[in-house]
Amino acid sequence: MKPRPFDYVRPDTVEQAVALLADYGDEARILAGGQSLLPMLNLRLLDVGVLIDISRIAELDSIGEHAGGIEIGAAVTQNKLMAWPALAQKLPLAAAALPFVGHFQTRNKGTVCGSIAHADPSSELALTLAVLGGEVVLRSRRGTRVLAAGEFQEDMLTTARAPDELIVAVRFPLLAGQGVAFREVARRHGDFAIVAVAAVVEQDGTLRLGVGGMAGKPMVRRIEGDGASAVHEWAEALEGFEDLHASPALRRDLFRNLAPLVIEEAQKCAA
Amino acid sequence: MSGELGKSILRKEDPALLSGRGRYADDLPVPVGTLQAHVIRSPHAHAEILRIDADAALKHDGVWGVITGEDIQKLSDPFLAVVKTPIQQWALAVERVRYVGEPVALVVAESRYIAEDAAELVTVDYAPLEAVIDPVAACDSSAPLLHPAAKTNEISVRDFRYGDPESAFARADRRVALTVEFPRQSFTPIECYVVVAQHNPAEKSFDVLANFQGPFSMHPVMARALRVAGPKLRLRIPPDSGGSFGIKLSVFPYVVLMALAAKITGRPVKWVEDRIEHLVAASSGPNRVTEIEAAVTKDGRILALKLDQLEDYGAFLRAPMPGPLYRMHGAVTGAYDIEHVAVRNRVVLTNKMPASLIRGFGGPQLYLAIERLMQRIAVELDLDPLDVIRRNLVPARKFPYRTAAGALYDSGDYAKAVEVAVGSGRLDDLKHRRAAARAAGRKYGIGFAAVVEPAMSNMGYLSTLMTPAARDRAGPKNGAVSMATVNVDPLGAVTVTADVTVQGQSHETVLAQIVAETLGLDPDDVEVVLELDTAKDQWSIAAGTYSSRFASGTAVAAHMAAVQMRDKIRAIAAKQLNVLPDDVELAAGKVRSRSNPDNALPVSRVAATSNWAPGLLPDGMTPALSETGVWTPPELEAPAHDDRINTSLTYGFIFDLCGVEIDPLTYQVRVDRYVSMHDAGRIMNPMIATGQIRGAFAQGVAAALYEEFTYNEEGAFLSGTFADYLVPTVSEIPALEILHYESPSPLTPLGAKGLAEGNCMSTPVCIANAIADALGSADVPLPATPRRIHAMMQSMSK
Repeated sequence: MKPRPFDYVRPDTVEQAVALLADYGDEARILAGGQSLLPMLNLRLLDVGVLIDISRIAELDSIGEHAGGIEIGAAVTQNKLMAWPALAQKLPLAAAALPFVGHFQTRNKGTVCGSIAHADPSSELALTLAVLGGEVVLRSRRGTRVLAAGEFQEDMLTTARAPDELIVAVRFPLLAGQGVAFREVARRHGDFAIVAVAAVVEQDGTLRLGVGGMAGKPMVRRIEGDGASAVHEWAEALEGFEDLHASPALRRDLFRNLAPLVIEEAQKCAA
Repeated sequence: MSGELGKSILRKEDPALLSGRGRYADDLPVPVGTLQAHVIRSPHAHAEILRIDADAALKHDGVWGVITGEDIQKLSDPFLAVVKTPIQQWALAVERVRYVGEPVALVVAESRYIAEDAAELVTVDYAPLEAVIDPVAACDSSAPLLHPAAKTNEISVRDFRYGDPESAFARADRRVALTVEFPRQSFTPIECYVVVAQHNPAEKSFDVLANFQGPFSMHPVMARALRVAGPKLRLRIPPDSGGSFGIKLSVFPYVVLMALAAKITGRPVKWVEDRIEHLVAASSGPNRVTEIEAAVTKDGRILALKLDQLEDYGAFLRAPMPGPLYRMHGAVTGAYDIEHVAVRNRVVLTNKMPASLIRGFGGPQLYLAIERLMQRIAVELDLDPLDVIRRNLVPARKFPYRTAAGALYDSGDYAKAVEVAVGSGRLDDLKHRRAAARAAGRKYGIGFAAVVEPAMSNMGYLSTLMTPAARDRAGPKNGAVSMATVNVDPLGAVTVTADVTVQGQSHETVLAQIVAETLGLDPDDVEVVLELDTAKDQWSIAAGTYSSRFASGTAVAAHMAAVQMRDKIRAIAAKQLNVLPDDVELAAGKVRSRSNPDNALPVSRVAATSNWAPGLLPDGMTPALSETGVWTPPELEAPAHDDRINTSLTYGFIFDLCGVEIDPLTYQVRVDRYVSMHDAGRIMNPMIATGQIRGAFAQGVAAALYEEFTYNEEGAFLSGTFADYLVPTVSEIPALEILHYESPSPLTPLGAKGLAEGNCMSTPVCIANAIADALGSADVPLPATPRRIHAMMQSMSK
């Protein structure tokens, strides 16, 4: 469990980081918290020429308001966001989801953007971003582009990020006075969810429901009414997948069981 | 007696361990020039090794050697095994691999990084063979053979018959039968294996540091493999170890491998097992398929029991296997008074990692069968399950009780312990919770388990697997030796050494309590040094920490050594105090006259006498203040001609009851309330006893609900990381209520019995019984994961 040899650079600015990415291209990997990347390196599942460590770039370590949303820099750890005093008021869904992300110790290192970059289909933060309709901000020498969450994550561990692009931030839209709820089923506290469900009640009363762990990426739909029959049909359509911990049938039933509760909680929260 | 024994004193170990000052194998300094090793492992469950090409790796900078099975075969002999077969096993695969993760080659280099880089340059060509994973399928004559020379995968079959089971089955009102499968699992210590090996060509000897746990009956196995006499293999055990739970017995093939690597490279070699290696290939408990059947009267009294136990040891049967199949043999009737028993024990090999020692050691497998059967008897006869248990428990008046298969249960009052456990409203509360849950449409069940917990194994129990005639030829095996030494230095300071290996069981603390009590000291004044060195310390084949042998074995030896020392000090002091030895007592660090306490000497004065003025000692006394207690209990007799065997010295009792609810949303089993009653004889330190029970309980819950080594039909290993092999954390372990009932053992001077493994045996089946009650199901596969519970509920609703 020792990684293959690699080079390591630690730029001090985004400009330097982007320049390094342009030089090294897909030989490079961005290191932020390393909670997924380093185990993969140790298992020799990845070949990396150079690790570009962005964890100490000061301009990336900030949480701030940006055009009706909250922008979270790429060096912000999950625990830093959890400790942000305005979190429950500004991003109640993230506040509900974050305690399920790993463990206190891993959240000290793991970053918000890193979770989204890794694109695990069960990721709580990727689901949160997708349900809220957030955005991912990518920077390269070629410029800056902003992708909607649904465009960014393409499939299991696959994103639209180009090799020379750095995720500099993610943006969560603000949700004033609306209802949210989040639940997940995992085998143990802190495990990746088997199924995670999040709901948001919009200002006009319509409901957006998201589910993680049922497909290669978080899936989001608008749901009418109490949603019971819509959830049932959607569960069939999503099928779910097989792994050691869950059969597709179990995943579908977990989604069917959780979704009505999450919807009810979100509606209560909105009322 | 100062009354130190029986107190919950704080652990002597904790100041070092809690401040990061433990001395673990990987922390200790290594000799100058030590190389690092990395093991190349088989990706195949079953394959011929066609060719190993290490040329490119050997050219890699910093690489000192690539060692293969061919090298090992030239320099060592195959490991000795318990069951005589033509199967040969070595420290590296020879010609064929038989499980995923089997060591195939060893790269030795200047760093582990270089060794792993070089390993990627070694080419191994394999010709895959068909694998067999299922133990029942492996017994079929058409199954692929793991070891063609053995001509079968089912390498040991023995039938045992006690009493007259056939007549009892013929006259019984009913027969109740059940088949249960105990899964593969491990108890993963935080610290994995560590070996540092040196070879001294001048002395033709090996010096190895390893976090080996014993039993030291494996020392001759390692020495024989290395082709040296015992003293030429010096094995050192570090002062601290990050857990073992039986698993660290199985470091022994790596001790031999690294010793050979040191010999080949001419440099000391260190290997630290990583977690991936540990999960795929360190060790596992054996999985077992048991067909069990009871002959019962219509009121639930069991007249006879029949068991067919098929135990799957993976690719090799390594010494001291098949221990789990025979360690419980005398106690095969569990907590019940059953006169007639038929047992068939079968050992099968499959393409999985070799199974070996693990906490519980055969108990979890046996009790899953017996206690599930008790629940089925109640269901099929429409009786209260607790009544069925009560009706069959060994009655108090029969103690000491000789079981059908030969165990001598030393003490107990099982019925009383059960009544205390279910009393004080505990069972009523569970019934109330169940009624309320069921009224609300939820699935709630109550489970029970009654378990006899053996401790300190008879070294002769494994010979039960030989026929009586074969045993006669081989010579009798019996007993179990324990040793401890008490030393008093010239200033009167007391030191204890003993034949145990440290794994976190608080032996330092309890040994200090035992010796302090006898010598009238404070436990803080007793130094305990437990790192073990086979070249200099006392040990026997029974040495080590396993099978709960401390309380019934080493603790007794320490007590004996302390008594010998006390009597010696009294005799020396009597002369100096001018009183009779009987009038001398040791108290508060002084030696004094009982009748005139002012007539006193400091212990240091007596100690000084034996060192500086041996001429002043009583006539005929040996001068040194060093006393070794050696204990082997006469009750551990060799197996009798009729195959009766007293497999262990002491037998504790456990009775568990629990309530579980199936979460209707998540299909998770939630343990609502769990009560565990223990009778472990005299409790030497209640806080430490509680810690042992909580640890075993957590591992019992793990076996019931979380942990499983999973292989697919082709033999691929699916649980190779902690994301798939789920060790429950503190968040998942339910609250535990512990009760004690003390029936001191008449067979040990301190009255204590082992208690470290009980809940590993009782908890899986207690939870399984509760699930059976909740779902109304006869078959409860373990671990009862949401996936399995969901599948059960789906098939039952169809």
